Amino acid sequence: MIYRENGQFKTTYAADQQIFTIAQDKWFVLGLIAFAFIGVPMLADEYMFRAILIPFLILSLAALGVNLLVGYCGQITLGAGAFMAIGAYAAYNFMIRVDGVPLVAALLLGGATTAALGIIFGIPSLRVRGLYLAVATLAAQFFCDWAFLRLGWFTNYSPSGSVSISNLSAFGWAIDSPVEKYLFCLLFLVAFAFFAKNLTRASIGRQWMAIRDMDVAAEVIGIRPMWAKLSAFAVSSFFIGVAGALWGFVHLGSWEPAAFSVDRSFQLLFMVIIGGLGSIMGSFFGAAFIVIMPIFLNQALPALGSLFGIAISTAGVAHAEFIIFGSLIVFFLIVEPHGLARLWAIAKEKLRLWPFPH
Amino acid sequence: MKFRSLALAAAIASVGLSAAVVSPSAHAQAKEQFFPVLVYRTGAYGPNGTPWANGYVDYLKLVNAKGGINGVKISFEECEFAYATDRGVECYERLKGKGATVFQPLSTGVTFALTEKAPVDKIPLVTAGYGRSESQNGAVFDWNFPLLGTYWVGADVAIQHLGKQYGGLDKLKGKKIALVYHDSPYGKEPIPLLQERAKMHGFTLQLLPVAHPGVEQKATWLQIRRERPDNVLLWGWGVMNSTSLKEAQATGYPREKMLGIWWAGAEPDVKDVGMGAKGYSAITLQHGAEPNSKVVKDMLAMVHAKGQGTGPKDEVGSVLYMRGLISAMVAVEGVRKAQERYGKGKVMTGEQTRWGLENLNLDDKALADLGFAGVLRPIQTSCTDHMGSPWARIHTWDGAKWNFSSDWYQADQKVLRPMVMSASTRYAEEKKITPRTPEQCKQ
Repeated sequence: MIYRENGQFKTTYAADQQIFTIAQDKWFVLGLIAFAFIGVPMLADEYMFRAILIPFLILSLAALGVNLLVGYCGQITLGAGAFMAIGAYAAYNFMIRVDGVPLVAALLLGGATTAALGIIFGIPSLRVRGLYLAVATLAAQFFCDWAFLRLGWFTNYSPSGSVSISNLSAFGWAIDSPVEKYLFCLLFLVAFAFFAKNLTRASIGRQWMAIRDMDVAAEVIGIRPMWAKLSAFAVSSFFIGVAGALWGFVHLGSWEPAAFSVDRSFQLLFMVIIGGLGSIMGSFFGAAFIVIMPIFLNQALPALGSLFGIAISTAGVAHAEFIIFGSLIVFFLIVEPHGLARLWAIAKEKLRLWPFPH
Repeated sequence: MKFRSLALAAAIASVGLSAAVVSPSAHAQAKEQFFPVLVYRTGAYGPNGTPWANGYVDYLKLVNAKGGINGVKISFEECEFAYATDRGVECYERLKGKGATVFQPLSTGVTFALTEKAPVDKIPLVTAGYGRSESQNGAVFDWNFPLLGTYWVGADVAIQHLGKQYGGLDKLKGKKIALVYHDSPYGKEPIPLLQERAKMHGFTLQLLPVAHPGVEQKATWLQIRRERPDNVLLWGWGVMNSTSLKEAQATGYPREKMLGIWWAGAEPDVKDVGMGAKGYSAITLQHGAEPNSKVVKDMLAMVHAKGQGTGPKDEVGSVLYMRGLISAMVAVEGVRKAQERYGKGKVMTGEQTRWGLENLNLDDKALADLGFAGVLRPIQTSCTDHMGSPWARIHTWDGAKWNFSSDWYQADQKVLRPMVMSASTRYAEEKKITPRTPEQCKQ
């Protein structure tokens, strides 16, 4: 009834090529962004910002990058954590070694470095695919773990191997309170999300999807697999690298290679699979599920227990968190193998017919 | 169907989420001194984290059983983070809003992350026996308190002990000492001091990192078998320690030549190896297993006898249990000291507690009153010394229990102080912190 595109005629090519062709979608997304910029800073408290919203935004950005590569181009990667690490350490080194480099430039340079290395680690994708490629990208993970632990230059010879960054500021704006950090990450995420959305609608994104669906057929119709695959690796690594730099600079402030371990790579891959492969929206759903659900369970279970007068031990909560979280993943994958984004799409389909489904 | 279940799930989630968001504010109580407890009872380091957590919580219960801190009762809440830095930071954010007195993360990685946050939130960070070694300099690290000992103290005592065994520090010349360490900030902390000592005495230091969680050490011990170092220093945590001892047994490396840091010298580390670990020594953070101390007897009588003990009864008095207990004790004493200045019987804020921790003065009599006679040496902190006590001794596993096997050692301030000063000055320059002057300290 409300969600219906009847009467919305497109009379120009520009109108036809908009990101959101349906007015309701457009207003919903614009409203959501406006709420994120204006409403959330007024509503959320410091804990929400620091422990939930900022990690969610940054990991959404990383998941977006992984989704471009895995979901759109069909190249499975297990090196996302490593690319985050490269972004973080590259940005760190630009920051401390180049005098007067602005924060945003350092973050983007971190992303660019990651893109360059992403191309190098993407080269095996020209020969191997599927699970074999996943194993090949795992090499990036182990290489980076080793490099950042062992080569002192990357950490500026910090004796403990832990590096830190503080006093962030961009364009004269001192980013120190949680709200400012949140807004800073949000700006990055919105810009990158629109960039990603447009990429996937443009020729480059269509090339990736052609490669994903059948690379031989794509080659026959004139798509160069090398260009398509390596560009996907470059763009995806750029996203992940910027996310990694934000994770180190804005969220952690001080980090060691363990922050970007192989667990992080798996986490990002799971976000994309649970959220929905080949969907921008899915990256956000996946990130929200993986970031917020464990914390939510961790706090909700004792609260739930106390409702019934049961005191659950700390260890018990931690175990239950794993059990419930694991079963939820299985549940969602069985109910909807195409991810939460597909559920979202189905909900929209139903909404179009509501309240009179046929 | 799918839409309905989705809607149902969303409804349940939103109800739960709002409950979770609302609950923190309900917890905030002004009348009680709130102690956040960051613990890890699960995960790879759970076996070692659990006794520490039990000791910590038990001591808070004991203080309450004795009437609180000058009448102020203690409340506490645990938050499990499984030794993961990001979850530890999440726990910190969650609990700090409830009026946290001090944080004790029991993880060097989390300590590094929180060192940046503590000054902003004005909550002291007590890291008894771990954390950043240079944070001993309280003029730069206002909010860090590595009470009782840092890794540099541990490493210094280790070299002194080895020197003594060989008949003098000069006899270390030409010796080969290997450091088997957990490959994390924790394991890397002692390296600068060991390198400094290696230069002074002319021994070679061999660095052998072990990746988290430390169950895979075959390659490391193969290297030890080949190189045959004169001594092995063990800087492990959790399952890594017992694995090292088993590997030493398998490669035939004499356990008598192995010396562990205080986190590698507790019951969970050696129990599984049993007689295989006989002769293995570890530095202690002053205390060892103290089943006969007065505080343990009080604990059994006033907490465990009433069925309020957190863990099993036979664990009370074990090494890591004692460490948790002592960690809680120094924090509580910090609050007590702060009350002397800011009003007895009042709830202290983080900032006021910081003053108390900085002016801690626990002499033999005070320690004896608390039940720690023979367990600890006097602790006295100041603005420039946030550690308070540079003492340590060695204990050795005899196959069934830990026994003290050395006299007291004192970390050599001539070696330690310049390193602390140079590292903390470097930190201050990096972070643009102006170290406090002696006048500012008096405030």
